[in-house]
Amino acid sequence: MRKITYRQAIKEALAEEIERDENVFVMGEEVAQYNGAYKVTEGLWQKYGDKRLVDAPISEAGFVGLGIGASMLGLRPVMEFMFWSFCYVAFDQLLNNGSFCRYMSGGLMNVPITVRGPANGGTNVGATHSHTPENLCANHPGIKVVCPSNAYDAKGLMKTAIRDNDPVFVMENTLLYGQEWEVPEDEYIIPMGKANILKEGKDISFIAHGRAAITALEAAGIMASEHDIDAEVLDLRSIRPLDVEAILATVKKTNRVVLVEENKPFCGVDAQISHIIQEEAFDHLDAPIKRVSSIDAPQIYSMPLEKIQIPDARRVVKKALEIC
Amino acid sequence: MSDTDTGTENLLYPGQEQEPSAEELAKTEINAALSPEDKLRLYTEMVRIRAFEARSLRAYQQGKIGGFLHLYEGQEAVAVGCVSLMGPDDHIITAYRDHGHALAVGMTMNECMAEMFGKATGCSKGKGGSMHFFAPDKNYWGGHGIVGGQVPLGTGLAFALKYQGKKGCALAFMGDGAVNQGAVHEAFNLAGLWQLPIIFVIENNKYSMGTSQARSSAYDDCLAKRGEAYDMDWGVVNGNNLYHVREKTAEAIKRAHTDSRPTVLEMFTYRYRGHSVADANAEKYREKKEIQDYKTNRDPIALFGNILKAEGLLKDEQAKEIEKTARAEADAAAQFADKSPFPNPEAILEDSYWSVDNKGKDADIDALNQGRIIFEDGGLLKKK
Ligand SMILES: Cc1ncc(C[n+]2csc(CCOP(=O)(O)OP(=O)(O)O)c2C)c(N)n1
Ligand SMILES: [Mg+2]
Repeated sequence: MRKITYRQAIKEALAEEIERDENVFVMGEEVAQYNGAYKVTEGLWQKYGDKRLVDAPISEAGFVGLGIGASMLGLRPVMEFMFWSFCYVAFDQLLNNGSFCRYMSGGLMNVPITVRGPANGGTNVGATHSHTPENLCANHPGIKVVCPSNAYDAKGLMKTAIRDNDPVFVMENTLLYGQEWEVPEDEYIIPMGKANILKEGKDISFIAHGRAAITALEAAGIMASEHDIDAEVLDLRSIRPLDVEAILATVKKTNRVVLVEENKPFCGVDAQISHIIQEEAFDHLDAPIKRVSSIDAPQIYSMPLEKIQIPDARRVVKKALEIC
Repeated sequence: MSDTDTGTENLLYPGQEQEPSAEELAKTEINAALSPEDKLRLYTEMVRIRAFEARSLRAYQQGKIGGFLHLYEGQEAVAVGCVSLMGPDDHIITAYRDHGHALAVGMTMNECMAEMFGKATGCSKGKGGSMHFFAPDKNYWGGHGIVGGQVPLGTGLAFALKYQGKKGCALAFMGDGAVNQGAVHEAFNLAGLWQLPIIFVIENNKYSMGTSQARSSAYDDCLAKRGEAYDMDWGVVNGNNLYHVREKTAEAIKRAHTDSRPTVLEMFTYRYRGHSVADANAEKYREKKEIQDYKTNRDPIALFGNILKAEGLLKDEQAKEIEKTARAEADAAAQFADKSPFPNPEAILEDSYWSVDNKGKDADIDALNQGRIIFEDGGLLKKK
């Protein structure tokens, strides 16, 4: 099968949806004429023009709010954040208007927007540009959050996000943009709330989302080659909805769990998952649930230290060995 | 107020612009087009809003309404005047002082009162309350509680109309305090930059809670002039004079419809009650005399009533009758609200996600949505 980058996969999803539905347009800073800060939208403006690719001023609250308002009249805006780190200046629009307009109107309206962009640390840009707000956003009923870990998922989930009638936040990763995966030429979509087993295993489960799933996969390799332990890796793909069934199934199969995420630990996504496991699969646990997350401090700039701050395979292995 | 006083004094705004006389305003195309029935209807709508607000206040004092209650008494001509000009592709959005706009677009007193009572028969099924009325079927997009937060949304409505090639516009209302919010300035910039068909209406009632305009805003002549910085047309309006509101708004709507030009209109008006009913300071940050002056000399309903009387369209008797009918309607709405049931507890979980509410109706969307999306149901899901 052909291989394309994560970046290319997202671009294909955008192009296909733009062609499929005339109400779909992409708006964000530098998305059109500049070809996207991370070149995700490269070439789309030349192909689809000013109407479908709209360069917005540096005005996140303004243009995200505008997208929400436009979606109320049936458009399907795809709003790009250059970084999800910039969502904070648009929080009111995202999390009051995006999340709650439907509820407060008693279901009379819906907000079919997609908000996408990279949400990751690891690029030496300091604390202001390294946020992972999937936990904060998913804390708001009304919002859906997906975190694709590879090109195949990024394309399939992006198309789903655009077609869905609720607001969907897609959190990408700049460190993955340039990596290649197998992606079929034929059209496909991936449902939200359907986790993916990246590697089958029987001794311990690694549950992760976003780039942490790749870290977990690497750790599983080390577990096998150096410790003869067979780890299963479950990639959640979406945070809300969450594939609880798959989580419980892997726990029941291996009886040991390490949760891996690049989120900060306190009230992180894995805090919720850990709670679900202990409540719904307590009797299946042979050991305490372990977590590996980013080290609990604002994201550090210094290159070698940031590598330490974000979970790597060695840290996952070390945690896993504590319970194996 | 004397019967001959038609409110033509240039009292309401400090700008250079002189307010046209009542006679001039009556003759303008948009006002001359009103039939006698139209005029009486507009008058009646203002009276209905006032009666509704008075009844709401009583219900609040009786403990029937929770939270905040921001009353619109004194500002009726703004909502009624603007809404009277809306066509099928014109849309409206406002802040939390939203009852007047809601009734003006044709929402019923029953559904609005019931909403405030937290009842299932409310316009938002009791999920929004006083600050969050919605009626998308009437192009009314709320009802928003965060100061200034609705302004980018309104700008998005205008963007969508232009995108879809419709000859329509958005009317986005905000208070004089809201104009200092960043989101409002961002929206102004987008509207000017992309020349969106929108009218930003600043309802300047002189105060944001207890802060006067002078203590909150940097300006020379007026707030509307800020529009100039964003390449928008702007104007000032006597918001208590229904004819003036209509005249200026009609011009702005025409600009939006034909040239896709955005406009900022500052409408000078006054709120009689405290910021919210719980605003015990209502008479501390302003003098009783000031409130009294507006009530006796510049009341929008009395002003328009006098104009209609001068035009020979309204008699004192009839005015009394209109008021009586409106009060009875508001009383009936309160009774309706009181008798209506509260929503079932299960309703807490409904209307959050489209995909959950519509499960089973669209196989394509169902297929996209698997897994768990609600993480604490308080036992309600099982009960169901
Ligand atoms: C972001 C935000 N800050 C503060 C408040 C609290 N608040 C509600 S209304 C209000 C005053 C707003 O005044 P103005 O815009 O003039 O509108 P008016 O109440 O006069 O109609 C304040 C401070 C809020 N709801 N939202
Ligand atoms: Mg005010």
